[in-house]
Amino acid sequence: MKIINFYKYRISAFIFSFFLILFSVFLFIKDNLNLGIDFKGGILIEANFATPPNLADLRDKLIGMAVGNVEIQEFGSPENVLIRIEKNSEKKDEQNALINNIKNELPSEIDYRRIEFVGPKVGKELQIMGIKAVLFSLLAMFSYIWFRFSGWQFGLGALVALFHDVLSTIGFFSLTQIEFNLASIAAILTIAGYSINDTVVVFDRIRENLSKKESPFSELLNLSINQTLSRTLMTSLTTLLALLALYIFGGEVVRGFVSAMMWGVLIGTYSSIFIASPLIALLGFKIIKQNQ
Amino acid sequence: MLSLNKWRIFFVILVCLSGIYFLYPNFFNKTEVTALPNYLSKKQVNLGLDLQGGSHLLLEVDTKSVLKEKSEYLVDDIRSALRKQKIKYSNLGSKLSGAVVTITNKEKVDLARKSIRENIEKGIQISTEQTKLNLSFSDEYIIDSNIKTVDQSIEVVRKRVDESGTKEPVIQKQGEKRIIVQLPGIKDPERIRSLIGRTAKLNFHLLDPTTVELAQQRGKLPPGTFRVSNADPTAYEKEFLVKKRILLTGDNLVNAAATVDAQSGKYVVAFEFDRKGGKKFAKITTENVYQRLAILLDNKVISAPQIREPITGGQGNISGNFSPETANDLAVLLRAGSLPAPIEVLEERTVGPSLGLDSIEAGKKALIVGFILIILFMIIRYRIFGLIADFAIIFNIILLISLLSLIEATLTMPGIAGIVLTVGMAVDANVLVFERIKEELKSGRSIINSIDLGYKFALKTILDANFTTLIAALLLYNYGSGPIKGFAVTLSIGIITSMFTALILTKLIVSLWVVKLKPNRLFLTKIS
Repeated sequence: MKIINFYKYRISAFIFSFFLILFSVFLFIKDNLNLGIDFKGGILIEANFATPPNLADLRDKLIGMAVGNVEIQEFGSPENVLIRIEKNSEKKDEQNALINNIKNELPSEIDYRRIEFVGPKVGKELQIMGIKAVLFSLLAMFSYIWFRFSGWQFGLGALVALFHDVLSTIGFFSLTQIEFNLASIAAILTIAGYSINDTVVVFDRIRENLSKKESPFSELLNLSINQTLSRTLMTSLTTLLALLALYIFGGEVVRGFVSAMMWGVLIGTYSSIFIASPLIALLGFKIIKQNQ
Repeated sequence: MLSLNKWRIFFVILVCLSGIYFLYPNFFNKTEVTALPNYLSKKQVNLGLDLQGGSHLLLEVDTKSVLKEKSEYLVDDIRSALRKQKIKYSNLGSKLSGAVVTITNKEKVDLARKSIRENIEKGIQISTEQTKLNLSFSDEYIIDSNIKTVDQSIEVVRKRVDESGTKEPVIQKQGEKRIIVQLPGIKDPERIRSLIGRTAKLNFHLLDPTTVELAQQRGKLPPGTFRVSNADPTAYEKEFLVKKRILLTGDNLVNAAATVDAQSGKYVVAFEFDRKGGKKFAKITTENVYQRLAILLDNKVISAPQIREPITGGQGNISGNFSPETANDLAVLLRAGSLPAPIEVLEERTVGPSLGLDSIEAGKKALIVGFILIILFMIIRYRIFGLIADFAIIFNIILLISLLSLIEATLTMPGIAGIVLTVGMAVDANVLVFERIKEELKSGRSIINSIDLGYKFALKTILDANFTTLIAALLLYNYGSGPIKGFAVTLSIGIITSMFTALILTKLIVSLWVVKLKPNRLFLTKIS
């Protein structure tokens, strides 16, 4: 079997990832996330017009009415328009009146496909919930790996890889300015689950090889990564195929979620090969033979 | 070892058949399913609001306002207790949850405390600071009051939703003071929302003969009156001076209905008092003939008719500037009773029926296309093993949907994405096994030995790997709301069913194949 020396590329991979994370953090600070109304509060209306509307006219009309920031974009087709209104008013009467006013102002033959309103109070709560969900699941995975592989180096290696994937996914959201909403939190957690899945498969092989081969740890790492490589690639490919089908046919609503997932599958596969495994060696994992 | 235990075969077939049995009802719509014979399951996967269209509302009950109201009543109780004992006091007033009073005569503090104690509820604590008495609600009292307020609010909201004719609404308490309302397939969410959100406190007052303009010229309001605006801002009289005393409230109503007034031809809301209310109403109308009655809804005057003659029948009409809808809505509100506290709409998500249908179509298409792509890919890569894995994927979907039906889970759009994703990831367990078998074959083991070891070694990895994904899914379920929960559910169940199909189902098929047909090569691709 031809063995690819992945371990050799660890330094370049670390440098690449370091800059990737740095770039992600930079993007996050510079452009922030395109927070949806789930987290920011506000009104979202998806309206299907009989004929493609003039977005500029529509924008002027709505800006005149609404107190907050108005965003209008085409959604899927020229007839379908997404209107987002960011508004800080806590008063329910005003929100209700605003939705009604907008409806009165727009032509009557419009099909309202979606109307969502999230109050600022709920928006804040959902933000906290999202952060909690991500942090707790990272912590839970870290603990599980530590426990199953009886070495903190394994746990930490996996955790660093996870943070790497999560941060770069947030960078991906900043870069593309895809709306960041509750589904994005679901995407991040699924990516974390997927990435750790990959990592565990490699770790498992390392553990197995540790018990039966006597060779330098770096060689062991390489062997394990290579042995699991075709599985890693196969699974990434089938998952990507499923995501591709969702991206093309799944409709506009899930498209943002799916593109983040695609990024996550790629970065998760990369990180389990180039980051998680070499880190164990870097963190000073020593082979202790039980039978000696 | 590769064993073809009869019981194991029986078990696997049983699971697969029950999968089909529970999947079957999903091919029918709701009315068709009730017509199915009784020996068939009738449980279906529920479609989430984002797929069937409808409205989701998150409401918060302002429980503090009830405590504030109770604090004001407490002030009255203190006043009457002290007056009975002729104890002088000052600085009597309410707090956010309680009241304070200062007793003028230091020696009477104990007596005052005792007589107040006898006059108030048990859950109210009194603390003394020299001559100042501090009354506050105990924690249990507050919790108890809040629970009552929220439960009552849920009852009222339920009545209003039922009266509005919405089918299969879901109304649940969430947390301490929140209510979730789910209304499938409604057409006019704004109307329902305004119906639910209104406090609908109906109060009968007397109007003060002084006009607002006159009071403004004099620079002060007549004693015991307050200014109230007209519910109809386009009306000629914009504001009224209303006497503070509440004569009657909507609590005394037993019925209300929208009708057309025979004389004016306009829409009115006819109401009927209970016996006690009817008597009171008769007395009021007898004593105040030719005065004007003010009917206040949520502190706005909806009607201010003149009492032309005593009304002793316990019935009356409210004539505002009603359209058929607004008259009907008011009648619904009056029948359902008022909310004990104001309600705030924190969140509302409405999906129109067209988007729901499109999403279902899109989900089906994505599932079928993704499925075909993966099936082809697996056959190209693993040949016969690929075919076996494909068989496992099909049963994975069948089992997944049948389990969802069995627990009558709610399928959402993210949930469909979860199923498609599960198909992609379900292959993983099979791939792990097949790659392992390949490896064992390469190291020179026999076919049967390789298969045996392949499953054995892959088992541990699969369990570890899936467990971590399950952690993520469970946390999502715990923290997520609505559609996201749906995603977590399909992902978790998908992981569990994929372990069954990959580890038990395919193992059985592979064993059968190897034992019965004794192939001399496992993978058609040559193994070097």
